[in-house]
Amino acid sequence: MAKKLDKVDVVVVGSGWAGGIVSAELSKAGYQVVMLERGKDQTRSDFIGVKDELRYTNRHEMIEKLTGDTITSRVSIGDAALPVRLQKDMNTGTDLGGGSMHWAGSVYRWRSYDFEIRSKTIERYGEGKIPEGMQIRDWGITYDELEPYYAKWEQTAGISGEPDPLGDKRSNEYPNPPMLASPAIKLFKESAKEIGLHPYQMASGNMSQTYTNPDGETLNQCMFCSFCTMYGCDFGSKSDPLATVIPTARKTGNCEIRTNSLVRRVIHKDGKATGVLYTDTRTGQEFEQPADVVVLAAFTFSNNRLLMLSDIGEIYNPETRKGTIGRNFTGQFNSTFLGATGFFNDKKFNYYMGAGGLGGALSDYDADLFDHTDLDFIHGGGIELRQYGDGAIKNNFVPKGTPTWGEEFKEKSLFYAFRTLTVWYSAAVMPWWHNYMDLDPTYKDEFGDPLLRITNKLTEQDKNIAKFGIEKCTEIVEAMGADIIDQDELPDQFNHGYDGMHYIGGVAMGEDPETSAVNNYLQLWEMENLFVVGGSALPHFSSHHPTPTIGALSYRAAEGIEKYLKEKGGLLTKPKSSVNA
Amino acid sequence: MTNNKNSNQDTQDLSRRKFLKSGGLVAGGLLGGSLFGGLLTSQFQKGTKEETASQANKPVSFDARTFFSRNEDFALLSAATERIFPENANGMGAIELGVPYFIDRQCASNWGRNGNDYMHGPFPSVVKTDVYQEENRPKDEVITSSTVVKLPADTANYQTKMTRGTFFLEGLNAMEKTSQDKFGERFVNLEPEQQDEILSMFEKGEVKFSGVDSSDFFSLLRQTTIEGVYADPVYGGNRNMEAWRMKGYPGPIMSFLDKIEEEEFIVMEPSSLRNYQGL
Repeated sequence: MAKKLDKVDVVVVGSGWAGGIVSAELSKAGYQVVMLERGKDQTRSDFIGVKDELRYTNRHEMIEKLTGDTITSRVSIGDAALPVRLQKDMNTGTDLGGGSMHWAGSVYRWRSYDFEIRSKTIERYGEGKIPEGMQIRDWGITYDELEPYYAKWEQTAGISGEPDPLGDKRSNEYPNPPMLASPAIKLFKESAKEIGLHPYQMASGNMSQTYTNPDGETLNQCMFCSFCTMYGCDFGSKSDPLATVIPTARKTGNCEIRTNSLVRRVIHKDGKATGVLYTDTRTGQEFEQPADVVVLAAFTFSNNRLLMLSDIGEIYNPETRKGTIGRNFTGQFNSTFLGATGFFNDKKFNYYMGAGGLGGALSDYDADLFDHTDLDFIHGGGIELRQYGDGAIKNNFVPKGTPTWGEEFKEKSLFYAFRTLTVWYSAAVMPWWHNYMDLDPTYKDEFGDPLLRITNKLTEQDKNIAKFGIEKCTEIVEAMGADIIDQDELPDQFNHGYDGMHYIGGVAMGEDPETSAVNNYLQLWEMENLFVVGGSALPHFSSHHPTPTIGALSYRAAEGIEKYLKEKGGLLTKPKSSVNA
Repeated sequence: MTNNKNSNQDTQDLSRRKFLKSGGLVAGGLLGGSLFGGLLTSQFQKGTKEETASQANKPVSFDARTFFSRNEDFALLSAATERIFPENANGMGAIELGVPYFIDRQCASNWGRNGNDYMHGPFPSVVKTDVYQEENRPKDEVITSSTVVKLPADTANYQTKMTRGTFFLEGLNAMEKTSQDKFGERFVNLEPEQQDEILSMFEKGEVKFSGVDSSDFFSLLRQTTIEGVYADPVYGGNRNMEAWRMKGYPGPIMSFLDKIEEEEFIVMEPSSLRNYQGL
């Protein structure tokens, strides 16, 4: 029997950027908040001295253990889905701060085009440009409406950057100057400029200088030590929830954080959420935490699965294309980040140095910034050259045709160590009627609850956009003067790798409750005191990483929750029926 | 083994490479049983007092197997890793770098036991070579642990009850069997070119045996060999950071803030995690 705890104003499930922002904002406003995190407690000092490539990158120290549960995956609706069994194939975050603790730190706002993608596509090319079954729609919020929330997140996170020359308008400067440019990044930018493109220094969650944010949290200057992606920062110079929003929430005295607390159900009665049921993962003891408002701010998979297991909303059915929970699943798969690699015989770069958000970028082939009339895809991708700081295990590049082991491999991999630069195209990914999430009929978690099942197929759109990107990246690598250029190969089909960390949708926002699960405050249409915050709200995947957009929408949701609590109920935006698919 | 007469366990592994080179002796001899006694004796043999004293100031290693019980398996593993990352003009190969011991420890670790992975059934068979015979099966057939299902295209999925440690044992067995079938000889006794031929067959998935896909085994073997070559020496490979030295990789360094804009490639004397942590 679950032990019933005292009611609080708000219970927040998850402690990444989404849960952290909501908890910080509401506890600052004086509400009693309980934040539940399934993983362990941790602090920034836990990361000191952990520059260990094997343990973190290859053995996934900061990645959620799949011992108790995972997802199942298949390509087509008729296939049997099989569990993604290995941690290496599913890199979702865990522990206090969530996946935001091991993010690299690359920062991009999504485009004004993204938020009105359907209208803008029809306006420029006609409705015929959108293939049957591609479920794109306007988001129910415009870039201009979301812009102040982007700005707020950037100030909190302390982003270092310079504006994209092809970017949408900004109300403020980045709070910190751009990161230093290494010779490899300079080469990328100069070469791209020579062929008429518009490169710039990518914005970063790594600090270019010591910075104190508006909440009074201080971050240190980045040392370019190269241990960002898959690591917690051991200098406190990467922006993450433990450096920013979690201490902000804590110091209000209004936010109680409970770790090792795995939420298994949202409890509800008469169309209202009454709280959550969770299990202490150390003791097995069950608790019921009642609250006026329930906020699901976990990873996309958990947000979706919790709604499905709690029997809230209608699970999407691809046959009828009705139902909203699980609809519009997208993410970055093996068709994303394809490009070209250049091998330099006479140049060697200090590529063992770097930072997660250190790179050059350009947007010439992004969104609808180029004419798609004669192209067989919509949207586009961002082009990047990143200097993460290559580890010794990872950095074994050899030109195509070289054996991948043996004497020749050894010889060439040593010669080309730090002489290899890759430019890639991070392509946007559109939602389709046949790509979705539901519950698996066969596989269960450690409590006997069904696992989340993902059905995902690469489409011609995905392949065409990737092919286009590979060509564009090749032109840049050529301009950079590489001696050997290898193009990435197009995948035939989705390979069930979920190691790209970015998977979204399923509780997607919109204006029409027929096709969207939440409104533009991320309030569930069907249950007005339940807010579902995070990547699950994004209706399609744009050309770059989702973190800033999740951050911005979390500030928006926090504002909505406060409004909801003050006004004692009601839907914060009214549903609008539309022809949007 | 004759030149090993005076060595004790601590120094024996330093000459492991020569030890293995000089023989197929190990495995071949063991089969016949003639050398077995000698091996055992050498392990317990104590040097004279003078010899022990003269070794007191030398760096010692206490590497020993904690996963692979059988000498033959370890000898085969060692020989295979050496073909993947051979000693050459660039420097040490896998054996001298300690890679076999690295893999042994990894197999004995939580990772080798798949301690962080989803290992609940049902398990469909992953024998890809059998899949084609199964094409006529209805797609919606319920999966049971004994059912072979057609895996989705290009699957990278791990769908076996076997842990990585077991996978290694099965894979090495299969290599040994292939060697006997093809050349009538133990793998460790083959010429390097013949060993490469077997490894290539595995790489291409040409070897068929129950439970393990040979190309999956090869990629596990290759990946762990590379990891053992280049991981921090704390894990037993990359001895004395020699692989980092070969590559020009400096190891964990606190700050490159003053060097990130430098044009010239900077070669640094590598530094290990032990050094970085300072305790």
